[in-house]
Amino acid sequence: MEAVVKRGSWVQIHRVILPPGQRAPQVPEETQRVPLELWAKGFLDHDARLGDEVTIRTIIGREMTGCLLAVNPRYEHDFGSPIPELLTIGPELREFLAGRRPR
Amino acid sequence: MTGDRTSPGAVMARKNEIMKRAVGIDYDRYARGPLAFDYERMMEEVGYGLEEIRRIQEANAVGHTPLIELKNITEVVRRTAHRGKGARIFLKDEAANPSGSFKARRASVSIYHAQAGGYKGVIAATSGNYGAAVASMAAMRRLAAIIVQEVYDSRRVGQPEIIEKGRACEAYGAEVLQLSVGPELFYVFLLLLEETGYFNASLYTPFSIVGIETLGVEIVEDLADREGRQPDMVVITHAGGGNVTGTARGLRAAGCPGAVVVGASVDLAGLHMASDADFNRKSFTTGHTGFGVPFATWPDRSDVPRNAARPLRYLDRYVTVTQGEVFYVTEALAQLEGLERGPAGNTSLTAAIALARDLDEDQVVVVQETEYTGAGKHPTAQLTLARENGVEVRRGDPRENVPGKRIVIPERPEQIQARQVDLDRLRRSYLRNAIEASGVRRVDPIEVAFLMEETRAPREFVQAALVDLGVSGPD
Repeated sequence: MEAVVKRGSWVQIHRVILPPGQRAPQVPEETQRVPLELWAKGFLDHDARLGDEVTIRTIIGREMTGCLLAVNPRYEHDFGSPIPELLTIGPELREFLAGRRPR
Repeated sequence: MTGDRTSPGAVMARKNEIMKRAVGIDYDRYARGPLAFDYERMMEEVGYGLEEIRRIQEANAVGHTPLIELKNITEVVRRTAHRGKGARIFLKDEAANPSGSFKARRASVSIYHAQAGGYKGVIAATSGNYGAAVASMAAMRRLAAIIVQEVYDSRRVGQPEIIEKGRACEAYGAEVLQLSVGPELFYVFLLLLEETGYFNASLYTPFSIVGIETLGVEIVEDLADREGRQPDMVVITHAGGGNVTGTARGLRAAGCPGAVVVGASVDLAGLHMASDADFNRKSFTTGHTGFGVPFATWPDRSDVPRNAARPLRYLDRYVTVTQGEVFYVTEALAQLEGLERGPAGNTSLTAAIALARDLDEDQVVVVQETEYTGAGKHPTAQLTLARENGVEVRRGDPRENVPGKRIVIPERPEQIQARQVDLDRLRRSYLRNAIEASGVRRVDPIEVAFLMEETRAPREFVQAALVDLGVSGPD
C-alpha cells in the first residue's frame, strides 16, 4: 500500500482534458486516438495517497484538482550522451583554418 | 473542465469576448472591410514609441546586447568562397538578455502594459523561450505568471528543450501547465484567461512586436559606431513571424532601408505539427518551417484576432537550412568562437554562413540572435532523443537529410547551403488563405491595396492571383 503523502508536499497532478473521440476535428488520426492530458505542480492541500483525486495550490496560489501522480518530481532532462558525429567538428575546422589551402 | 459552459465548443464561441478583455485591444477599430485592416494605425495607436520602449527595456536590463564579429567563422567562409568573396559575419548575442534570448524584448513591453493596465497576472501559451521571458519580466514587475506548454507525447516522452524551458519558467516563479500534443492547448488557454482575468501576453500583439524593434535599431547603431557603416544583410531566424517583423521595422526606424532582410528556418517539411507520432521526431521546437510557412501565409491563425507579426510585409528572401547543418554550426560557434549557445537560435547563423559566401569580402552580414543553452537545449540532448526515436544520425551530404528520418551532419563547411524558398508561392498561398477566411467573392480598391501591402507584391501579381481564386476585383 502506498505511503501517505503529507499535506503541504510539493506534488504533481495529472488530468485528462479531452478523452479520445473529443479531440479537435483538425488533428491527425494518431492524435485523435489519444487523450489531451495536463500536468501541473503545486502544494498538496490535504494528506493523500498516489492516485487519489486531490486539490493543490500552485506556486502562484491557484487551486487545481487532479490525480496525484508524483511527489517532489525530479527534473530528468539532461545533456544526453556525447555525439561522436559532433566530437570531431572542432578539430576538423581548426585544421581547416591552419591549412594553407589555395583560394 | 466539464459542463456546458466549459466545453470546447462553448469556450471557443466566446473566444473574441475573452480575448478583448485579456488583451485590451478593440481590433474591430482597425477593420477597413471584410478583408482589409489598418495595420500601421494599429501599430501606432496600440504600440509604444521607440524611446519609451527603450526606457521600459533599460529599466528591466533588456537589450544593449553585444555585437560580436565572428572572425574565425568568417575565415572559414572565405576559404570556401571564390576569390574576393566571403562577407564579414557579426552576431548579436541576444543570449545576454535576462532569461537568455531576444524574447525578453517581446515580453518587456507586454508585461509593462499589463502592469499599467492593472492586471494581476499574465498568461502565455508558448513552448519556447518566450515563456521564460514572460516569467522573468513578470517577476521583475511583481505580476503572477502562468505558462502553458505543449510538452509530452502520448507515451509521456517529453521534448527535452521544452522541459528545460518549463524548468526555467518555474525558476522565475511561474506556474507551468504542461500538456500533451495538440492544438486544443488554445482551449485550455482561453479557459485560464477567463478564469483568472489575467492579461494575454501573446507573442502576436503590437506590444510584443514593437519590443523587438529595438533589436533592429541596435544592429544599425552598433555597426555604425564600430565600423561606420550599415549592414548589407540581416539574417533572422523565422518561426511565428515576430522576429522578422520587429527586427525589420527596427532597421527601417533606424534609417537602414537598404539591408537585405533574410528569414531563415530549419526545414521540417513532412512533419505534422499536431501529430502525436511526429512530435518527438523533430529536433527543433522553434525556428522551423512548421511555424515559418503557416505563419507567413496566414498570420491571423494566432491567439489574437489580428496578428501584429506579418513577415511577408518585410521579407526580401526566405531560406531553409537542415537540422544537421544547424548542429554543425552550433558546434563550430562553440569551438571556433568560444560561444556555446542554443541550437535553435543558430538557425540564422547557419544560413548566414552560406549567404556570406556569395557576398563580397567588404560586405557585412549581421546574424540577429543567439539563445542560451543548457540541459535539454543542446545538440547532444536533441541528437540523443533523435536516436532514441529511431532517427538516423550520421555525417554526410546535408542534401540526404530527411526530416523525422535522417539527420545528416555536414562533413565540410562548404556543404552548408541556404535553400531558397519561393516567396511568390507563399504570397499566393497567403492570398488564398485571406480570401477563404474572409469569404469575399469581390474586392474593392482598398482591399487590393491592402493585399499588395500584405504580400509586398505589385498590383498585377495580386490581381492575377485573385482571378485564379475566382474573385472579381475592381475594374
